[in-house]
Amino acid sequence: MAYQNIEFEITDGVAVLTLNRPDSLNSFNADMHAEVRNALKEVKKSDQVRCLLITGNGRGFCAGQDLSDRNVAPGAEMPNLGESIEKNYNPMIRTINSLEMPVICAVNGVAAGAGANIAFACDIVLAAKSASFIQAFCKIGLVPDSGGTYTLPRLVGQARAMGLAMLGDKIKAEQAEQWGMIWKAVDDEALKDEALALAKQLATQPTKGLALIKRAINASWNNSFDEQLDLERDLQTLAGRTEDYREGVAAFMEKRQPNFKGK
Amino acid sequence: MQQLQDIKLSEIDAGVLTITLNRPDAYNALRNQLLMELADVLDQVADNDEVKAVLVTGGDKVFAAGADIKEMAALDAVGMLSDKRPTYWKRIAAFPKPLIAAVNGYALGGGCELVMHCDIVIAGDNAQFGQPEINLGIIPGAGGTQRLIRTVGKSMAMQLVLSGTFISAEQAREFGLVSEVVIPERTLERARQLATTIASKPPVAVRLAKEVLLKAFDTTLDSGLNLERKAFTLLAATEDRNEGIAAFMEKRKPNFTGK
Repeated sequence: MAYQNIEFEITDGVAVLTLNRPDSLNSFNADMHAEVRNALKEVKKSDQVRCLLITGNGRGFCAGQDLSDRNVAPGAEMPNLGESIEKNYNPMIRTINSLEMPVICAVNGVAAGAGANIAFACDIVLAAKSASFIQAFCKIGLVPDSGGTYTLPRLVGQARAMGLAMLGDKIKAEQAEQWGMIWKAVDDEALKDEALALAKQLATQPTKGLALIKRAINASWNNSFDEQLDLERDLQTLAGRTEDYREGVAAFMEKRQPNFKGK
Repeated sequence: MQQLQDIKLSEIDAGVLTITLNRPDAYNALRNQLLMELADVLDQVADNDEVKAVLVTGGDKVFAAGADIKEMAALDAVGMLSDKRPTYWKRIAAFPKPLIAAVNGYALGGGCELVMHCDIVIAGDNAQFGQPEINLGIIPGAGGTQRLIRTVGKSMAMQLVLSGTFISAEQAREFGLVSEVVIPERTLERARQLATTIASKPPVAVRLAKEVLLKAFDTTLDSGLNLERKAFTLLAATEDRNEGIAAFMEKRKPNFTGK
């Protein structure tokens, strides 16, 4: 598939997916959804990829849904937004959430609406200091989607989640970092390099183990303490059977750098 | 026993026989041959004292995605009337020892009904359950309407049978179709653990417990309690009961012989 609305590249175990409709702040239309879906499918299928990096071109990261794509003219039939979520946003968020590798998001500029929540669905979020996050939904009578109402209270707590979702205030990257919404705010010019370096570094780590960590931490939100302890036992059983575990222990004993294969 | 085509048997390990549905190209669809082999094997191990419990699984990806539609389509009403399938199902249902299902992936139609023929169900969190027969203009034909309603209650049974939509392992657990949900890589291991535990219990007591428990589905409470008491009394005549109680009093591990 030739991509027009995104850029997609796999190098050294890292897949970089760049949203590429800079003139409309990388907002999503149907074509971009189809391309992202396709790229995520490639990431899932490939046995080369051990880390996914998502970022945007231009001054924004992603402004969410392209509203010019939505018919809300007076007198016209009301659009069925649930359908677009069911078909486009939910599968994308589920895929990011279930990808068995770390997913990094480099938020290069404004992340609004679904754009913010796509970032929050990723495992490690870096943001340029000039970037900002806005739950813009409330301003047009909508509800945060793409997992926003799930991730926000978990990232920042109920009080802040309600405030963000109901007021739609813009949160700058450094405040997002202070509030624990993201991993790190970095200087604008350093973002690209730092995110790529992190992705490359993670792509040399025990991918299977990292995937199990992701699974465990994601599952913890729905599990009781007892269930989570059982899950940890089960995932550790799997982790203990990986080649990387053997390599990690051997390298430690032999006082050398481990050479992880991700298996 | 004739050569098995559609199922695979494990070695008997600590009293547990594992049966793996083995038609990977057909999502383990339950054609007649498969059901017949399953019924035959269960009949045979019913009399084999070495086998204390049986585990049924479809493997890592799929349990069983339904019946073999081609086979069924070939039968008209008269053909259906003399279809052998109900006799196979009856023999599977009559298996007197614990039958444990380890379910990953789809358990649909006949696959879901096979799950309900099992006494205990362990599911991977990737499992999906459903009775999609309605989409083909038919209805469940191997107990799906009867066992399902007794297991999950009226509203969910109706939802599944009338709409043909699926439920997740987690929902199946909430509704009592499944007793435990684990990660898919652990499903078989966990089911085997449980089967091994059950296989270590006194076999006569296990057998009577299963029989009496299943009676709860189709008898009054009074008759059920009566039956329970009779079984309870009957167990007083077994050596294992004396051994179990003696071991408890003497604070040692019991040594059950099945007598």
